[in-house]
Amino acid sequence: MKSGPGILVFGANSAICHELLKLYARQGARYYLVGRNPQKLQAIADDLEARGGTVSGSTSYDFNEYQQHESCVLRARESLGLIDLAIVAHGSLPDQVECETSGTAVKTCMDDNFTSTAIIVQACARQLALQRRGTLAVVSSVAGDRGRKGNYFYGAAKAGIDALLQGLQGRFSGSGVKIVNIKPGMIITPMTSGMKHGPIWATAEAIAPAIYRAIAKGRKVCYVPGYWRLIMFIIRCLPTGVLARLPI
Amino acid sequence: MLTGSDTALPYGRGRSYGDSCINSQGTQISTRRLNRIIRFDAQQGILHCEAGLTLDEILQVIVPMGWFLPVVPGTRFATLGGAIANDVHGKNHHLAGSFGCHVRSLMLLRSSGDRQLCSPSENAQRFAATVGGLGLTGLITSAEINLIPIASHELEVEDKVFSCIDEFAALSRESADWEYTVSWIDTFARNGQVGRGIFSRARHARERGPLIPGRRRAALAVPIAPPLSLVNKWTVNSFNRLYFWAGSRKHVVRRQHYQPFFFPLDAINHWNRIYGSRGFYQYQCVVPHLGGEQAIQTLLREIHRSGEASFLAVLKEFGQRRSPGLLSFPRPGLTLALDFPNRGEKTRRLLESFDETVLAAGGALYPAKDARMSPQIFAAGFPAIQDFIPEMDPKFSSAFWRRVRE
Repeated sequence: MKSGPGILVFGANSAICHELLKLYARQGARYYLVGRNPQKLQAIADDLEARGGTVSGSTSYDFNEYQQHESCVLRARESLGLIDLAIVAHGSLPDQVECETSGTAVKTCMDDNFTSTAIIVQACARQLALQRRGTLAVVSSVAGDRGRKGNYFYGAAKAGIDALLQGLQGRFSGSGVKIVNIKPGMIITPMTSGMKHGPIWATAEAIAPAIYRAIAKGRKVCYVPGYWRLIMFIIRCLPTGVLARLPI
Repeated sequence: MLTGSDTALPYGRGRSYGDSCINSQGTQISTRRLNRIIRFDAQQGILHCEAGLTLDEILQVIVPMGWFLPVVPGTRFATLGGAIANDVHGKNHHLAGSFGCHVRSLMLLRSSGDRQLCSPSENAQRFAATVGGLGLTGLITSAEINLIPIASHELEVEDKVFSCIDEFAALSRESADWEYTVSWIDTFARNGQVGRGIFSRARHARERGPLIPGRRRAALAVPIAPPLSLVNKWTVNSFNRLYFWAGSRKHVVRRQHYQPFFFPLDAINHWNRIYGSRGFYQYQCVVPHLGGEQAIQTLLREIHRSGEASFLAVLKEFGQRRSPGLLSFPRPGLTLALDFPNRGEKTRRLLESFDETVLAAGGALYPAKDARMSPQIFAAGFPAIQDFIPEMDPKFSSAFWRRVRE
């Protein structure tokens, strides 16, 4: 049997990521899974193997232990042979109100959503540069497109990821390395389980095929579901005074 | 999680037709994230997975490996947990029995926090209560089921016209070696033609062929519910005449992908909206063989007399294989499924007149498709209720349960 793509995953337990990983299983993908919770990671590994994939290795650690990322990527490279695709999908949704009053909450938000991601992205990019090929797909968020009073700490972290990926896209322009910035809108996942779901919400299952296609094409920015491109375009165009009056 | 008098009910994809999947005054536990496969043994055909996976998701994985679900209901969007909790049946009931017959074991999470492994040999009484138990014995978190081998995704399908219930019975008898049988009945047929319909029978193709699961997403959708039902006696009459005429013209055995045969309604998203904003009532009953044919005749005549139209009228003979659940609906006899646009009191009165016929014949109504049965008819159709009640989770309840146990 032809062996499928080698995929390195940070944040494999995330709902969006799991749905995406399922789509590669039928091609006999080989995975190296990294996540925080070892029990959940094992359940995901069993699921992917049952669907036709192979899990060639997995590691669980806290993503704030930043010294581990570099060696983790090297182990994945050894285990997979070649990293065809690296996915960075971990993150956490902070409590905006808590962030407004607690420095610790802000630090956690930045550590989970920016600092750890930036270091992982750096380690992956380094490996892909050595390989001279491969795709790096990072899950950021529509929240980074414009600072809004409702969630500007999370938005700031995700905007940082945007700038980071834009820079990398410039650096790897014209090479075999592709950088894909995935921007989910409001998705029903455990991360957003405390929020009220309305008509613009989508399921992780529904958006996974669009992410899969964006990665296959090496698209620079991928809004999922696609209508978020329009929503965010409008939000970016709003004058500051108008935006301030909106309850978002 | 549950405090005071709060109750809980598992909620999969909400594909039941009535209130058995709703807990209006309490908590609903979404099983959407219970969507992982634990182990798929592609040599033996045994699947162990979490209960929130839909049958569609399962088929996507097992069909390419040459396996199929042992029993499939009319929709692939039901979850595994829902299939067990309603002990669903399919077009192969006469040979395979209900879905519960193929469950090797299941894991039940009780509100006390206990996890109980239940199977026909372990915690057998709780297993019997949970299969067909409408989610009231606790949350089914995972289950292990037996699969059946297939050589191809194709079915051999044959349609035959019948002109009365006796002919249906004869076709049903002569089709014992066809895995799947089902009939569509023309509820608009007049006088001499009452009971006419089309008998479809199918089996998995035996020659090796492609093993490609069906398309996941429906190509069509009904975008909104119109204020009035598009299903009425005029549209149904025209549809039925056309459908019967088309059916009477094809006699050859044809080959077809399994998906449109098993799941025709899944081809249109939100098909239920064609009934308009007031919705519709399903009515599915089973009547024992003895006197069953007469009871079905009586029901068809009552429909005719009422002038109401049932768009989908499906008749099927259940086999002798015993359903494992205390509250399982499938039992030997004839089952008729009907649906009627909700026209308020008029529709409810018609369905109450059906109840009398079903009760007199010693039959039962299907809880998964019910929104109106009385406590009396529920008790008459499910005599094992007294054995079921002690197995219930003290913190679990549903709108259906409160309605039929008042």
